[in-house]
Amino acid sequence: MSERTLKIALPAISVCLFLIGWSLYVRTAEVSAFVLPPPEAILVALIEMVQTRELWDHALVTITEAVSGFLIAVALGISLGFIMARIPPVEWAAKPFIVLLQLIPKIALAPLFILWFGFGLESKIVIAAALAFFPVFSNALQAFKSVEPGDKDVFTILQANPVQRFYLLDVPSALPVILTGTEVAVVLAMIGAIVGEFIGGNEGLGYLAVAHLQNLAVPELFAVIVVLAMVGLLLYTLIGRLRQSFSAWHVSSETA
Amino acid sequence: MPFDARQDRMEINVSGLTKVFGDGPSAVTAIKNADLTMERGEFVSLLGPSGCGKTTLLRIVAGLESPTEGTVEIRGNAVWNGTRRSAAATRPVSMMFQEARLFPWFTVVENVALPLRVAGVGRKERTERATEICETVGLKEFLHHRPNALSGGMRQRASLARALVTEPQLLLLDEPFGALDAMTRDALNIELMDVCARANVTTILVTHSIAEAAFLSDRVVVLAPRPARITAMIDMPFDRPRGLELQQSMAFQKMVGELRHKLSEGE
Repeated sequence: MSERTLKIALPAISVCLFLIGWSLYVRTAEVSAFVLPPPEAILVALIEMVQTRELWDHALVTITEAVSGFLIAVALGISLGFIMARIPPVEWAAKPFIVLLQLIPKIALAPLFILWFGFGLESKIVIAAALAFFPVFSNALQAFKSVEPGDKDVFTILQANPVQRFYLLDVPSALPVILTGTEVAVVLAMIGAIVGEFIGGNEGLGYLAVAHLQNLAVPELFAVIVVLAMVGLLLYTLIGRLRQSFSAWHVSSETA
Repeated sequence: MPFDARQDRMEINVSGLTKVFGDGPSAVTAIKNADLTMERGEFVSLLGPSGCGKTTLLRIVAGLESPTEGTVEIRGNAVWNGTRRSAAATRPVSMMFQEARLFPWFTVVENVALPLRVAGVGRKERTERATEICETVGLKEFLHHRPNALSGGMRQRASLARALVTEPQLLLLDEPFGALDAMTRDALNIELMDVCARANVTTILVTHSIAEAAFLSDRVVVLAPRPARITAMIDMPFDRPRGLELQQSMAFQKMVGELRHKLSEGE
């Protein structure tokens, strides 16, 4: 068999074996269905759930929160990263806050955001943005700082104005590294939205998971987790594709 | 009046130029008290070993590095006012570097057209002019390639095209062909000489190759390290146009010998 077929066949086989093993274990060891339902029960719950409108409404809420938070994080992260890279005193002044932001587990702020922004979409968007901000910001700061001095010389000789420098040199130079940060950020935004839904509110996949838990509807709980994984995968893949198409010319896209 | 006529042809005037990097005991004098005047259309090489300040001198003329002392004038306009560079004085300047410095997010023709784009020339016109100049330097088949797909020689051709696309009056070259093989280097040097002669471009070339300096220049400025300074200026009395066969002649060999001697004196 060729390497190519093996690369497709082997993961499929290993997943199948895992599911069969799971199913056999649950049956032979007589594990309570409240602890670990067999995979086929989860599949049945998932199929039933997919046919309801409710699931899609909740999924849409979570995606809206995660994507909005992500976009805010990207806009803020890139602009603050650029400003601090170009005006070092701003970075020095902001340094204590950056370190603090890096050190505290941002998820611990979630209850505070619920307190400030209520139980609706807004608080979840803020939590998602707070989590997603840092990887975008730190990558942007680093990337804008490390624009090649020799490349800057070319633009100085050409007498480019600051706006031209920004979109013809700084942004394209920094983009691959920034996009790598956004890949991490989109996953964190998703986590932020779900945690926000856990804590408060009555919408979203996070809320749905908690609701199923309270009803001890364990196969449905697993089904929600599967849906969440799918949504996460979708967002991550979208950003990954974006990064690849923008940075086909860049060395890091070959190594990373 | 002859005095005025000479003033009129004066292109570059470097006077008492000194550059010190750092301060206190760790200060390094990159160039000390350099004087140099050039006429329009002249080709001057700055020749010396590494550490003699030739690149620093060029970068100060280009407006990339501010002088510690002394002045640089291009066509009577001061390049530096303290540590502030004058955009007006350096407008006629174009520069090539040791590395091609092409941008991987643009194609070859977009890279070559970049100076026109920055100057506000519309897409259609700048693409036409860039395409034309790419063809004259032998890049016709590579217009829409990414720079990363080109060989080192092709990249420097594109870099040369980018430096020439604005039809500069002053061309500053910082060892642009230093990393290329001898054959590519010869070919590019011939092209460079042609272009400079045709457009009457004033050119300063930084190099550590004695033969290259002698072959291309009207005048060779010899620099020495520790302390970095100008030690000699020698005219190259060879007729133009020059071909590669010049390098075989006795007169050329003798001149190379003399330059080598001047270089070793400065050590």
